[in-house]
Amino acid sequence: MRFYDRSMRVEVNADLCQGHNRCYALAPELFDVDDYGTAVVIGDGTVTPELEDKAELAVANCPEYAITIVE
Amino acid sequence: MTSAYGPVTDWANDIDHAEPEYNERAHEIWDELRDGGCPVAHTDRYGGMWAPLTHELVKEVAYDTDHFTSRGVVVNTGRPIAEAPVGPAPPITSDPPFHQHARRLLLPPFSPKAIDPWEPEVRRLCNQLLDEMGDIEPGETIVDAALQYAQHIPVNVISRMLGFPVEDDDYFRRCVHEFLELVNVPVEEREQSDLNLDAYLDRQIEEHRREPRDDLTTYLLEAEIGGNKLSHEHVRGSMVLLLIAGIDTTWSAIGSSIWHLAQHPGDLQRLVDEPDLMLFALEEFLRAYAPVTMARLVAQDHDFHGCPMKENEWVLLPFPAANRDPEFFDDAGEFVIDREANRHAAFGLGIHRCLGSNLARLELRVAIEEFIKRFPKFELAGTTRWSVGQIRGPRELPIRVLDTA
Repeated sequence: MRFYDRSMRVEVNADLCQGHNRCYALAPELFDVDDYGTAVVIGDGTVTPELEDKAELAVANCPEYAITIVE
Repeated sequence: MTSAYGPVTDWANDIDHAEPEYNERAHEIWDELRDGGCPVAHTDRYGGMWAPLTHELVKEVAYDTDHFTSRGVVVNTGRPIAEAPVGPAPPITSDPPFHQHARRLLLPPFSPKAIDPWEPEVRRLCNQLLDEMGDIEPGETIVDAALQYAQHIPVNVISRMLGFPVEDDDYFRRCVHEFLELVNVPVEEREQSDLNLDAYLDRQIEEHRREPRDDLTTYLLEAEIGGNKLSHEHVRGSMVLLLIAGIDTTWSAIGSSIWHLAQHPGDLQRLVDEPDLMLFALEEFLRAYAPVTMARLVAQDHDFHGCPMKENEWVLLPFPAANRDPEFFDDAGEFVIDREANRHAAFGLGIHRCLGSNLARLELRVAIEEFIKRFPKFELAGTTRWSVGQIRGPRELPIRVLDTA
């Protein structure tokens, strides 16, 4: 119960995303890409506790600073 | 053909990326300039050229499409004839708002899900090249990882994607050499070239019009912007882009990665022992040895942090230098094979992010994987010859094989 009170989500800023696809490579559980190679979050972007590291990895590897974590 | 300018003695005030010393000593030159308080180098060569060297400044130019036009992206002694916003090779030479239309139509065939199916074919090609090296005697046999391996991989794949005969690969490499390496010779000398790439592409277009196929050439011929087919010049210009950009860039990245591993047995051993490490190692190869420097032309007179840039002067965009900026990366000068946080700019920044980055990553990853699978131990065996100009990578790379799988 202790971890599930807070909800962590990832967001992609579509204006900043240029399709480097780093998030899709590092965290395919959280990100998908459309036919143009632009990143989209899967579902509502909710990050379950076991995926928190991958979410942070995606943020730390986006060259365009297009991904943010909102808590 | 020889340079119109000659050797460099002052890199801050007379930088020339097409002098052989530049690519041979690139990492030292950038560090010396940045440490010496020169974040933007300059030269009067090429009709005026600036070279920002920090991540922050390179990013600023890449994002600023008002002051800097992509009409010219390869610095040379002349200037492109084609006008903005289309430029000679759309979309890489295009500016907004036209750029996004030309780019959008080429994104789907290079998206990850369109590129992934090429993996078995790239793997087969790599193994064929390794087989063709013949009998290997560990400790004795020397192979050239650039001439016998790296240079053949991307040209083979992009030729087939475009629907061109793969046997024309020597011709394509000559085109790349003239377009990207012979940039500092006088314009009159370059005009004497007998390559006639436009005529070659016109024949391909004609053949594909007569007999449409499932390839990128037919794709371009059938593509539309706003309900209109592309002009002949647009189709041909995009073919020039895909062909030229898809050859020596990845060839350089493959060569530089093997060059690194040949001198760092610890990194090679880890990659052999821990294949999953490739997820991070691949990006570190791209960061530390990014092959591609782009360029812009100054669109209008502009005071850039005190640099009086004049219209029609060149601006180099050395993403490889940005990738080694200690202000932006921890241990920027070190190769950290398991670097986890890596916002490198090997494929550019902003609206011109390399269209072929997914294909380049696939080719680079598979080429390294198959090379080290076949040769788990190797070392340098002579002098590496580096390219000259905006694409940096080994053109001759003698490797002594120390162990075979």
